[in-house]
Order: sequence, then C-alpha cells, then structure tokens
Amino acid sequence: MATEEMEKLVEQREYKQGFFTEIESETLAPGLDEEKIKFISEKKGEPEWMLEWRLDAYHQWLTMKEPEWAHVHYPKIDYQAISYYSAPKKKTDGPQSLDEVDPKLLETYEKLGIPLHERAALAGVAVDAVFDSVSVATTFKAQLAEAGVIFCSISEAIRDYPELIQRYLGTVVPKGDNYFAALNAAVFTDGSFVFVPENVACPMELSTYFRINAANTGQFERTLIVCESGATVSYLEGCTAPQRDENQLHAAVVELVALDDAYIKYSTVQNWYPGDENGKGGIYNFVTKRGDCRGDRSRISWTQVETGSAITWKYPSCILTGDDSQGEFYSVAVTTGHQQADTGTKMLHLGKNTRSTIIAKTIAAGKSDQSYRGLVKITPRALGARNYTQCDSLLIGDRCGAHTFPYQEIGNSKATVEHEATTSKIADDQLFYCRSRGMSEEDAVSMIVNGFCKDVFQELPMEFAVEAEALLNVTLEGSVG
Amino acid sequence: MSDTAIRRDAPQGVATKAALGHFDEAFKAQTGAALTELRQQGFDAFAAHGLPSIREEAWKYTDVRAIGKTNFALATSLHSANLDELQLDLDAYRLVFVDGVFDAERSSFDDLPEGVSLGTLSQRSELPQQFGSQLAASAGPFTALNQAFAGEGVYLEVARNVELEKPVYVLFVSSAGDQPWMSHPRVLISLADNASATLVEHFVAEQGAANFTNLVTEGTLAHGARLDHYKLNEASEQDLHVANLKVEQQGDSLFKQHNLTLGGRLVRNDIDTELNGEGGHTEYHGLFFVNGRSHVDNHTVVNHNVARTFSNENYKGILNDRGRGVFNGRVYIKQDAQQVRGYQNNANLLLSDRAEVDTKPELEIYADDVLCSHGASTGQLDEDAVFALRARGIADEHARALLTLAFAGEVLESTAIAAVAQRVERRVAGMLPDRFDLEGLVDISA
Repeated sequence: MATEEMEKLVEQREYKQGFFTEIESETLAPGLDEEKIKFISEKKGEPEWMLEWRLDAYHQWLTMKEPEWAHVHYPKIDYQAISYYSAPKKKTDGPQSLDEVDPKLLETYEKLGIPLHERAALAGVAVDAVFDSVSVATTFKAQLAEAGVIFCSISEAIRDYPELIQRYLGTVVPKGDNYFAALNAAVFTDGSFVFVPENVACPMELSTYFRINAANTGQFERTLIVCESGATVSYLEGCTAPQRDENQLHAAVVELVALDDAYIKYSTVQNWYPGDENGKGGIYNFVTKRGDCRGDRSRISWTQVETGSAITWKYPSCILTGDDSQGEFYSVAVTTGHQQADTGTKMLHLGKNTRSTIIAKTIAAGKSDQSYRGLVKITPRALGARNYTQCDSLLIGDRCGAHTFPYQEIGNSKATVEHEATTSKIADDQLFYCRSRGMSEEDAVSMIVNGFCKDVFQELPMEFAVEAEALLNVTLEGSVG
Repeated sequence: MSDTAIRRDAPQGVATKAALGHFDEAFKAQTGAALTELRQQGFDAFAAHGLPSIREEAWKYTDVRAIGKTNFALATSLHSANLDELQLDLDAYRLVFVDGVFDAERSSFDDLPEGVSLGTLSQRSELPQQFGSQLAASAGPFTALNQAFAGEGVYLEVARNVELEKPVYVLFVSSAGDQPWMSHPRVLISLADNASATLVEHFVAEQGAANFTNLVTEGTLAHGARLDHYKLNEASEQDLHVANLKVEQQGDSLFKQHNLTLGGRLVRNDIDTELNGEGGHTEYHGLFFVNGRSHVDNHTVVNHNVARTFSNENYKGILNDRGRGVFNGRVYIKQDAQQVRGYQNNANLLLSDRAEVDTKPELEIYADDVLCSHGASTGQLDEDAVFALRARGIADEHARALLTLAFAGEVLESTAIAAVAQRVERRVAGMLPDRFDLEGLVDISA
C-alpha cells in the first residue's frame, strides 16, 4: 500500500465526539490547595473522615514526584492551572429521576449514541453517566435494588453507605500509591460505586459514561466495585471529551475487590479526544486501575479498547491474592496522529495455583508512539502459578513506533511463565490475497486489522464489541484506507 | 522521543563516599606516570556517578554494593597459580594474565601470520587509537573505572583480507590469597575489511579466590569482517565480575558472541552491538548457570541503525539453590532502518524454589517494514519428557540430568570450538544438584 496515501488518510481522521455542549455550569477557579479540597468535600456533603482522607492524600501528593519513566513526552503539567471541580448548574435540588435531567445533557449523550432512556430500556443496561465531575443520572436503580445490588455515584455512596466505603476505599489503590492516584484521592469529584452482595449475579450489565465538557478542567473520577463471595458483575465504561486546543488531564482511579468465587468483568472503551493532526490538544489519560482477587477462586478480567487520548498512561492490574484466583487482561490500543501511549498490565501472583492471561494488541499509525509495559511477578509462595502473555504490534506507516517492555520476576520453580511478542506491518501477501478476491484496499485492511484484534474483541460484551469494532474502523479510517 | 540508543539513567553530580567504594584510595596509590591524564578522566567520570544503585533502571535487579565494600588492590607483581586444571587445551595463540598481570612465561603467540598484530597493551609505547572509541569513560561507571586503572590488556588487529585461523586465547586467572585483588583489563579488537578472527576470553579462578575483575572489550568490524567471540566465565564462587563489551559493525560483517557464565558470586555482562552497515549480522548465544547464592545479570542490546540488518539472540538460564538470574535484552530499530529482522529468545529453567529469575526482553521499534519477535519463558523440566525417558527404562534422576544437559546443549550447538563446548558441558554436569545423576551416562571427569 502506498505509504503516502495512508499518511494522507491518517491526517483526515475526524474526532466525531468533539462537540461541546453549552450548559450552565458551576466551575471552581483553577488551582489546588487545602481550601479547594475542603470546598469539593463540602459541596459533596461529605463526612469529616472523608475530608481528612482527602487532605492526607493531598499532603502525600505534595511530597511526591511526577513519574518520568514512561515512554511518553509532554510539556510539564501546571497543576495550578486546572480547575478541579465543574458541575452542571443545578436548577433545583438535583434530578430525582431521568425526566428531571437537563434535556441538554441528555442531548449530549444522545449525540454520543447513549440515549439513556432507550438504550437502557432496550439493552437492559443500567447507565451511570458522569458529566465533567458529577454523576447526572443513574438508570435502573430500582431494579438493581431489588436484586440487592448497589449501583450509584461514589458521592452518594459516601453519604449513604459510609461503612462499605470505609471498609474498601483505598484498599486496592492506597491514597499514596502513585503521583496521579494521590492527586485523584485528594480531589476526586465523582465516579461509580458498585456493590454486589453474596451469591448475587448482577441481573444486568452496568455501565458508566464519562465525558469531560468544560474547558480547563480535569476529570478525576473514582470507581469502586466490590463483589462479595460468589457474586458476579460485568461493568462497562466509556469516555469522550470535546475537541479543544489545550490538553486536559484525566486522572482516574478504579478499584476492584473480588472475594471468594467472585467474578468481575471490567470493560473500557476509551475514546477521549486525541488532539488534532499537529498533536495540539487532547486528553492526558493518567489512570490507575487495579483489581484485587482477594478471595480464593476469584476472577478479575480487564478488557480495554484504547483509541483516544493524546497521552495514555495506564496499567490495569490484578493482585492475585487468593489461591486459584485468576487475572485476565485483554487490550487493543490504537494510536494515530501524534498520540502516545504507554500501557500494559501488572499481574502479581501471591496465591497458589493462580493464573493470569495477557493478550495485548497494539496498532500504531501516523506519527504515534506506543509501548506495552507489563510486569508479571511470581512470588516464592505462588506455587503452581501460570502466566501466558502475548503482545503483538502492528505498524502502519514508517513514522510510528512500537515498543515492548515486559518485566518478568519469577521466584519459584513450580511456576510457568511464557511471553511472546511480535512486531510487523500488514503483510503484503495478506493484502494481495484479499485484493485478488475483489475487496477494496480499505475493506481488506479493515478486515485484517479486525482479525488482528479478534482475540480481544471477543472478550467484550456483545454490544460493546460492535461499538469497539466500529470505533476501530473510524479511528483507522484515515490511516489504513 | 530520544534517538539515543542506550539510556543509562545516570544521576549526575558527585557520588557519595560509599558509592566510591575503596576505589579512590586505590586510585591515589596507583603508580606509573604514562597514562595519568587518561586515568584521571576515567576516575573523574567514575567519581561523578559512583557505583550504580538499584534505583537506576539498568541496575534494578543487581545490587553491586558488595564491590564497594572490599578494599581491592592492584597486583604489581606476578602471582603464581597452577593453571594445569584450569586452562583449555587449545591450539591457539595464548596470552595469560594472573590477577591482571601479564604472565609472559606461560603465554605464547609467536608465528603470527602476516597482517596480524597481537600483544599486550603494557608492551606498547602508547595505547591504540581504538581505546575508548566504543566505550568511553562516559559510557558507564564501570567503563570509567576501567579507564581509571587503564594500562593492561590485549590488542588484536587483523589486516584486510587476512583470516586468522587459530583462535586467540586470553586466559584471565583469579588467584587465591589473603589480599583481594582487582584487575581492569581491556581487550581491543580491530578487524579490517574481510578479515576474520576468533577470540576466547576465559576467566578461571583458584579455589577460594575472591577478586574483582572489571573487563572492557571494544571491537570494530569493518566491511565484511567476521568475529567469533567467546566469553567463558568460570570464576570462583567468591569472585566479583563486571564486563562491558561493545562492537561496531560495518556492512556485511558478522559478529557471533557466545556468553557462557558458569561461575562467579556476582556477574554482570553488558553486551552492545551497533549495526552501522547494511547486511550486518549479529548473533548472541548465552548460557548461564547459577548455584549457591550467585547472581548473574546479562544485559544485551542490538542497535539496528541502518536498513537490512539482522540479529538473532538466544539466552538460556539454569537456576539452582538461591541463585538469581537477570536477563535484559533489547532490540532497537532506528527510524528508516527498514527490512530489519530481529529475533530474541530467553528460556529459563528453575531447579529450586528459592531461585529467582527476572527477565525483560525489550523491543523498541521505529520502522514499520520489519520482522521482530521475542519470547521469554520460565518453567521447569517438561514432565512429559521425563516420563518418555522413564518409560524407556531411564531412572528419574538420570532423565532429569539428561534433560537439563540437553537444555544447555542447545546453546552449545553454535560453538565452533570443541574444547569450549566440552568444558561447558562438563561444568554444567558438575553443577547439577545431587538429586540429578549422570553417573555412567556422560563422562564428566575433567
């Protein structure tokens, strides 16, 4: 395929979610200090212990240094230029049901293809939508409550279920875990909370949509999912942001806790604004996601499709504490234009006979740069641990880069760890094969790329898989014809 | 993005006293005026950094503080050592060093063919130009330290179209005694167009030796040159050993490196190649066996700087007792270095639950028309293979011993010198745990 033609097409890629919704919002002046944190906490009506927790995190953050080891380059972030709170202005005391939600907000989600109403009703998906910093609506609450499942925004949970929050918040990602996690702990404004009680299979898939709307704001959401013994849940997360010239920061924290025999499936389709063709603007996506397989035979599965963000710094991880527990990581990461991504996973094997699977598919096009960075650590106690890792990179164009940095630390002789990685471009003979059967070059490339990602897509819930495939095609629309 | 092929995350400034070890004292005690300036440069570079710490990415898994704790001295006279058991029976040009001091009596490298120049650095009136061309003092603290104590080593220069048939065999002996010694030898290899040579660096030790060796090897391969390089390490279980090797390759040159580590308390090898001409070909073959509490760290880099270059790497590790092995392999492909093929493989066999292996095979690729792969696997002997042998009447301990030997044997297939392969095989057999038995199956008597 002609490289020039591809490059030309790369440039033409459009960000279809780049609209901005004019909505009256209440935004905190930029900057960060104790007062701002107190303001956020007060605004959220949080109890005293929560404020202390935030301030402690803030003090730890002040002593920490921004990590520099990732294979990404960006100008220094001015943390005092970011606004840490932005909420759509409430006309009354806040929506009690969907009908009361600002129609303009709903319109935004409509444009994104998530009509809260219809989609929820038709697909049976319960959606919690987070707009800038606050959760605007949670659907299907009643139905979930019947099953005993708690699904609400984390602010609500802090008010309504303080004992659960106190028991689990910060136990997987401690508040001083890393620079961005500490920042998040200090200023997080919303996010979702899911609690599935013992032996309950959550009756529907839960879903959150995140959107950054206001300018110069950062989004710091915090998600906590707890599955008690024998419980299962499938959780979906999607993200978008408007097209802007400035870089916006997104530093989220996600914590998963799976007790004995519990199963949490966490899927993400991340499509934050990646910046324009010159690399201007875009979201800095610095996220800490970690799951703890605390109970025996528990299982946590991460599936991510990463197509957006100017810079991605994200390592969804599993701590396999319980014996026979299982961690999975399936990832498709696509970068085009000037995007940079340093992403991967960590699998910490602590329990006996723990298993982990890592499938990472990387597609780099245009002038983008992508790295897979992963750690598989088998502790001496993790006898019989098993890991299989496969990382494949596909390069489209001769100005992009793809890198692999897999760390393996193996501490006992009963463990088996395997790692395989390949890097190549779309083979000419594959293209020729498709073309000779009458397919257009575009279709051929799209088919080959989709085939390349199949191992991951089939892990996604049905409707998400369709969306991911479509998103992949849109993302690569420019780059591969 | 940085174009620099190698990043050694080195904090700048002045090192703490502890990070200098006892090397500042040894440096001041050093005599000989000839190389003062060069040595001072080396020492200054070392002093600005000090010994690396585990906070640095390149030294994450290897703690070298032990090197700073002992007051190593430079040997000034030749120590006697019994070499009979230690040296290889090879028809070769032979150079022997004991604790870094040249042993002329037991060396022999006369009858060199025309166009070959071989000798020790101390015999020359001045160091070859090549000194520091690949590994300058700025390349890292140990390279700097080597330069701070520069003066002894080996040079090998082969002229255009000359093929040196017999190997060059350099034997480094570490002797036992009350005083711990250090040596900082440098090996300089320069092959002109279409020249070829084989060089064996062999490290051996007397029982109970506890010395520090800090080797630097630099090589330049001109167009079409071929170098077969062996580094066979049989240091003692108390020896500390650090080695830096860097080779620059022009077009159509061939570099085969065999890194066989079967001894040493703490061993660190840094092996780098710069492929600077089309058609350049690099092969890395590595084997390491750790026993007791020994620690072996192999860091390799292949830099594909131009198009149509090829590299293949295969490293195998066997880990027993509380041994620890580290493998960090890196394949770097520069922008526009198209049609490159780079392969890398690392397999580790853990024989004990207290052993640990840390492996990191890296790919860093900036060109699209390439074929690269890497694989790493760590595990135990295949129980099906053990079963297959047992079903044929071979006892369990024999079966396991044979399979372990076969695991190591794959690396030796690339070895063109029979004496080296034999030595390694025997050494591996001798290092196997007691529960493995080769009695009557393989002749492991020396």
